[in-house]
Amino acid sequence: MNYFILALIKTGIVVGVFMHVLAYLQWIERKVIAHVQLRVGPRRVGPHGLLQPLADVIKLITKEDMIPSHVNKVFYYLAPFVAVLFALISISVIPFGPEIEVFGIRTNMSLADPGIGVLFILGISGMGVYGVALAGWASNNKYSLMGGLRSSAQMISYELPMALAIAAPLLILNTLSLREIGEKQGGFVLGVIPNWTIFSGGQIVSFFLFMVAAFAETNRVPFDLPEAENELVAGFHTEYSSMKFASFFMAEYANMVTVSAMATLLFLGGWHPIFPVEYGANFIPTLIHWGGAAILFYHAAQPARPFDKYTYPVFGVIFLGIGGVFLIPFLQPILMPLFWFCAKVLTILFVFIWVRATLPRFRYDQLMSFAWTFMFPVALVNLFVTALVVALS
Amino acid sequence: MNRPIPYADPVSTIEAKQETPENPSAARHMTLNMGPQHPSTHGVLRIVLQLEGEVIRSAYPDIGFLHTGIEKQMETRTYAQAVTLTDRVDYLANLSNNLCYCLAVEKLLQMEIPDRAQWLRVMMTEFTRLNSHLVWLGTHALDIGAMSMFFYCFREREDILRILEMFSGQRMMTSYIRVGGVSLEAPRGWQQVVGKFIKGFPSKVDQYEELLNANPIWTRRTQGVGHMAVEDMLDLGITGPMLRAAGVDWDSRKREPYSSYEKFDFRVPVETSNDVWGRYRVRMQEMRESAKIITQVLEGLPEGPFQADAPHVVLPQREKMKTQMEALIYHFKIVTEGYRVPAGEVFQCIEAPRGEIGYYIVSDGTQKPYRVHMRTPSFGNLQGLPKLLENTLIADSIAALGSMDFVLGDTDR
Repeated sequence: MNYFILALIKTGIVVGVFMHVLAYLQWIERKVIAHVQLRVGPRRVGPHGLLQPLADVIKLITKEDMIPSHVNKVFYYLAPFVAVLFALISISVIPFGPEIEVFGIRTNMSLADPGIGVLFILGISGMGVYGVALAGWASNNKYSLMGGLRSSAQMISYELPMALAIAAPLLILNTLSLREIGEKQGGFVLGVIPNWTIFSGGQIVSFFLFMVAAFAETNRVPFDLPEAENELVAGFHTEYSSMKFASFFMAEYANMVTVSAMATLLFLGGWHPIFPVEYGANFIPTLIHWGGAAILFYHAAQPARPFDKYTYPVFGVIFLGIGGVFLIPFLQPILMPLFWFCAKVLTILFVFIWVRATLPRFRYDQLMSFAWTFMFPVALVNLFVTALVVALS
Repeated sequence: MNRPIPYADPVSTIEAKQETPENPSAARHMTLNMGPQHPSTHGVLRIVLQLEGEVIRSAYPDIGFLHTGIEKQMETRTYAQAVTLTDRVDYLANLSNNLCYCLAVEKLLQMEIPDRAQWLRVMMTEFTRLNSHLVWLGTHALDIGAMSMFFYCFREREDILRILEMFSGQRMMTSYIRVGGVSLEAPRGWQQVVGKFIKGFPSKVDQYEELLNANPIWTRRTQGVGHMAVEDMLDLGITGPMLRAAGVDWDSRKREPYSSYEKFDFRVPVETSNDVWGRYRVRMQEMRESAKIITQVLEGLPEGPFQADAPHVVLPQREKMKTQMEALIYHFKIVTEGYRVPAGEVFQCIEAPRGEIGYYIVSDGTQKPYRVHMRTPSFGNLQGLPKLLENTLIADSIAALGSMDFVLGDTDR
C-alpha cells in the first residue's frame, strides 16, 4: 500500500516536472539561439515570453489534425506514439539524487532502480528509431522516406560507438545500476579533484565520444540529417501536423534530456558537488541565485525596455527566495543533489543548443564514415586501454 | 486543335522507367519533384530529380514560375519609366541592372556622363555587389546548416540598405541610377556613414571567415563538391564568380571597363579549385575588393555635376523647374511624352554580382524602346544545373545549387 502511494507521488512529481522541462527547454533554446543570432527571441506572450511554451502547447493541441489521404493510416498514427513513448520511458530509471529520507520514509530519488539501468536506457533509446522509421515509411512521401531511412542508418551506426564509449567508464565503476554509478563518484581525490569518471584515466576520451554519439542519437545539429530542412523539407515528419508533430518534437527534447542525464551520471559525477562541502559547496546554489537576483536588480535600475522596470524586480525577488530556500538545513539533503544534477544537465543541454546555433550540417556519407572509420576504432582502442588499466591496477 | 502542347511536363517526359542498355538501372530510379516550394531553391525553381538512392542521376530544371514579362512591359514604357522595371529584374542586384540599362540607352543617345556621376554609380553598384554577396553567403551557409551566418550577414546588409535609403530614399528598389547620371546628389553627411561602414566591413568579413574557414564540416561540405568542366561552363555561358572560381580570369570591369572602372585599383580574385569552396573564396575576396573600391570613391569623389548636361533627357532640378520657364517646359515634355532616342541597336554588358548582365536595346526612334532583351547571369548560370548535379548526392546538390547563386526573378524576368 505504502509503496504504491509513494510510487504514485513520485511519478506525479517526475512526470509533471519533466513535461514542463520539455516545454521550457524549447523556450530556452529559442532564447539562447536568438541571442547568438543578434535577436531577442520570444517576448510577446508573458514577461520575456515565459508563457510562450504554454501558448505553443494550446496552439498545437487545438490545431486541425490533418491526415493526408495517401498515408498508411495504422502506422501513421502509431509512429508519433512510438517515438514519444520510448523517449519518455527512459526518465523512469534516471536517479536525480541519492537515497533520501522524507517524513521518515526512506526512498530513492528515482522512479525505479533496476540493476541494469544503463542497459535499459540503451535498449529503450534503440527502440526510438522505430518511431522515426515508421513515420518516414507510413507518410508515403519521398522526402519522409529518405528522412526515415537516413535516421535509421544513422541511429544504428551511432549506437555502437555510444555503447563502446559507455562501456569504458562502466569497467571502472563496475556496476550497471545508475544509482550505484552515481554513488561511486562521490568524494574527492587529494581533497580537491572530484572523484568523477571524466577525471579518472583517459575517460575524457569516452566522454567526448559519448557526447558526439549523443548528438547523432538525438538527431541534433550537426547530425540532424533526418530532418535536414534544406534538403528534405522536414524529413520524416514532413506530413505530420498539430499534436502528432509536437510528439516528435517532444521526443527529440526528451531524448536530449535523457542523454544529458546519462552523461551527467556516467561522467560528471551525477549529483555530487564540484568541490567539497567543507569549502562551502552548499552555498553555491544560494550564491548563484542571489547573483542572478543582483544582476536582475541592476538591470531593473536601467531598463533596456520600459517593461523591464517591473518584471526584473519580480524575478529578482523570486531568485532571492529560491536562493534562501537552499539555506534551510532541513531541505538541504534533498535540494543540494537536485541542484547539482540539474545544473550539470542544463550545462550539457546548453552545449546542445550552442552547437546548433554554430555548426553546419554533416553530409550523409561523411556522417557514416565518421561513425565507422573514426569513432568506432577510437572507441574500441579506448575500451581496450581502459580494460588494460583496470586489469593492471 | 492538333498543335503540340508547348509545355511538356518534365515528370511525365522522364518517368519512362524501362531498363535500357544505355540506362541499366533506370527501374531502380526514384523521381523526386523538388520545388517550386522547397526551402533551398531560393524562390520558385522546380527541379525534377532522378534519384538512385541518395545519388542524383539526372536533374531537370523547370523555370518560369516567376515570369513577370518585364521585357515586354518595357516596350510599353518610355525610356525613363523603364528604369524602374530594371530594378525588379534581379531583386538583389537592382543597381547593377539600372546601370546596365542606363549605359545602353546613353550609348544610343551618345551622352557624356560627368565624372562625379560615374564615380557615384561605381560606389552604388559595389554596394549592390556587397549586398548581393552577403545575402548569398547567408542563405548558402543556411543551406549547409550554419544557421547563425544568415543573421550576421543580414546585420551588415541592413547597414547597406540604410545607406541606399540615405542616397535614394528607397531600400531595395532604388532606381538611383538614371539615364544621364544619378537621380539625386549624394546626401549631406554621407562620407561619415559610408566611411564608418567601410572601415568596419573588412573585420566583419574576417568574422565570417573565422566562423567558416576553420570549420572542418564546412570545408568537407564544400571542397570538391559541385565540380564542372571549364569547357562546359564556357559553352553554356556561365559567368561571374562561378567562372572565376574555375580559373578563368574574366571580369568585365577589367576587360571592358565601363563607368570609369579603369580608374580604380582593384584585383579580380580567381581560384582554380572549381568547386563550391572556390566559389565561396572568390565571393569572399570580391567583398573585400568591393570595399576597397568604395574606399577609393570615398577618398577621391570628383566635384562637379551629378547629371549630364542634357536638358532634353535629364529632368531639371526641382528648384529650377519652379523658377525657370525653360526648365518647366523640359520637365513637362520629358514627363508627358518622354524623349526620343535615335534609331539603332545597342548591346551593353556589365559585371553584376552574379555574372555578366547584358542589355540589348533596339530603338526605332520613338520615345519607347522597340525591344529590350536582357542577358541575365542567373539564366546563364542555371543552364549548367543538369551538368552540375549529375551523379552528386542530394546533400551536395543543395551546396552546389547555393554556390550558383541564382535569383529566380533574374532567370525568369
